[in-house]
Amino acid sequence: MTTPLLEARGLEIRFGGVVAADHVDLTIAEGRNLAIIGPNGAGKTTFLNICTGWIKPTKGQVFFRGEEVTHLPPRKIVRRGVARAFQIPQLFTEHTALENLMIAVSAREGRQSPLLSMGAQPERREMLELLDLVGCADVADRPVVELSEGQRKLIDIAVALALKPRLLLMDEPTSGVASSEKFEIMEILVAALSQAAVTAVFVEHDMGIVKNYADEVAVWNSGEVQLRGTPEEILAHPDVIRDVIGEEAA
Amino acid sequence: MQIRILIPVLAILALALVPMLAPSLQVLMTLALAKGIAVMGVTLLLRAGQVSFGHALFFGIAAYAAAFAAASNLDDLFLLLFVGAAGAAVSGLLVGLFVVRYRGIFFGMLNLAFSMIFWSVLEKFYHLTGGADGLRLARPEVLGLALDRAPFELLLYYLALALTLGLGWFATRWLGSPVGQLFQTVKTNETRLEYLGISAQATLLKGYILSAVLCGLGGVLVATAQGIVTPAYAYWIRSGEMVFIAVLGGVGSIPGAVAGAIAYEVVRIYAAAFAADVWQLVLGAFLLAIILFAPSGLMGIYGALMDRISPRRAAAREEKTSAQAAVQTKEART
Repeated sequence: MTTPLLEARGLEIRFGGVVAADHVDLTIAEGRNLAIIGPNGAGKTTFLNICTGWIKPTKGQVFFRGEEVTHLPPRKIVRRGVARAFQIPQLFTEHTALENLMIAVSAREGRQSPLLSMGAQPERREMLELLDLVGCADVADRPVVELSEGQRKLIDIAVALALKPRLLLMDEPTSGVASSEKFEIMEILVAALSQAAVTAVFVEHDMGIVKNYADEVAVWNSGEVQLRGTPEEILAHPDVIRDVIGEEAA
Repeated sequence: MQIRILIPVLAILALALVPMLAPSLQVLMTLALAKGIAVMGVTLLLRAGQVSFGHALFFGIAAYAAAFAAASNLDDLFLLLFVGAAGAAVSGLLVGLFVVRYRGIFFGMLNLAFSMIFWSVLEKFYHLTGGADGLRLARPEVLGLALDRAPFELLLYYLALALTLGLGWFATRWLGSPVGQLFQTVKTNETRLEYLGISAQATLLKGYILSAVLCGLGGVLVATAQGIVTPAYAYWIRSGEMVFIAVLGGVGSIPGAVAGAIAYEVVRIYAAAFAADVWQLVLGAFLLAIILFAPSGLMGIYGALMDRISPRRAAAREEKTSAQAAVQTKEART
């Protein structure tokens, strides 16, 4: 049997009276992009936080490529090949788009020389290509504070990809982006992930995005994974229509 | 030659000619340059968004380490600088391991607390430290040569100038290097830093040790120039003075640290000479004027002058500033 890329076993966590995860088991296979859907406050983002070490579960374990990472800090999980993109882009606001990627490369390569200029790193071309891959090559030298939310989201993802991860966890990659740009961004994103051979897990509320870009869907509700299947199976399920999509929207 | 290059070159040339053109200012400028090196250390931390109100700790530790070394017959100037820098580095590591876990006001006040503990030790352990009287630091040899006062002071001035230029260059290169850039991201986004696989604390610690060494070297130079070390070296007023100079020069600017130190020493000495009873008032008014009319400090004034000469650069800077303000407003609302 092939070892899953990521595996959660018996995860439990509560915030006061709210159950964010209640004995959750979830596996993610390499090469299969998984969308996690569910109502607000169901625990989807908490799952991403646990998988990346930001939050420690009360019970349960997380394995990445067969190695337990439950109690490791985020930086150590990142170094093992798990990257994260955020609902609100987490960028270095005093730097340009290209500099954000060059900083990520410095971190990836562990460069310590005090006399090497950041811009003179040999990966400059590679980072420009990565910016091109996410459709942001034309804004490479602009400070990220000047860019649109959509561009900032893509650069946030590019920063994560610059680490050459095996798994990318994304929290609502198209939230805050104009409806007209959502599909364009996802097209760019899925192409970039495919080219970099990165498996993606993304939390998403837009069912159009889920239907078109996920290989599998997990429904997270009240701290449990209630259903799992292909987008067609899940989006047609009466419980999902009632609890997640809404009767009218369906 | 472009004016942007010409002005710094002229400034360095003017500094190099001080012993010939204005010998009465030589000692004053030695102290100013030494303090400028120390302020570079405080400035480095400002680039990571942290203000230390206790960096005189390393200024004092290095000065006392040099004084103890000199008393133990290790009385060569370069050896004293090495001993002071090593003392500052080790203490920077030990204190840093604790304080880099904190940010903002807690970081600032913890540094102050450590410096005041050290100050108390210096005051109370009279038999070892000389108490409030301090320790005498006799004029050291220079590479085996015992110099008279005048040539020694001249050499010390040029050594201070060379160290200012060399360490300023190094600090600037370090800030522009990958490790320096990671250090500065502590100010803007520690979450992303952690998700790049980097420990923000370890990153801050590296910069902290470097800043301690810079403060230490400044401390040894001042101690050597004055021939005495006292607990005042580690007192909170000295730490405040360093932050004062960093703000005066331009927050986060390495050349600003030196320009600020020179301006501070000149204003302080002349205020003390011509308005002995109210020199602190003059100094305070000077900083107030800078904050009110040039919040970016002396380097901000310099930058504005350069912008007048090059309007295109000014437009680009204004565009960036307004975009940053827009994003900050948006983030605050979120």
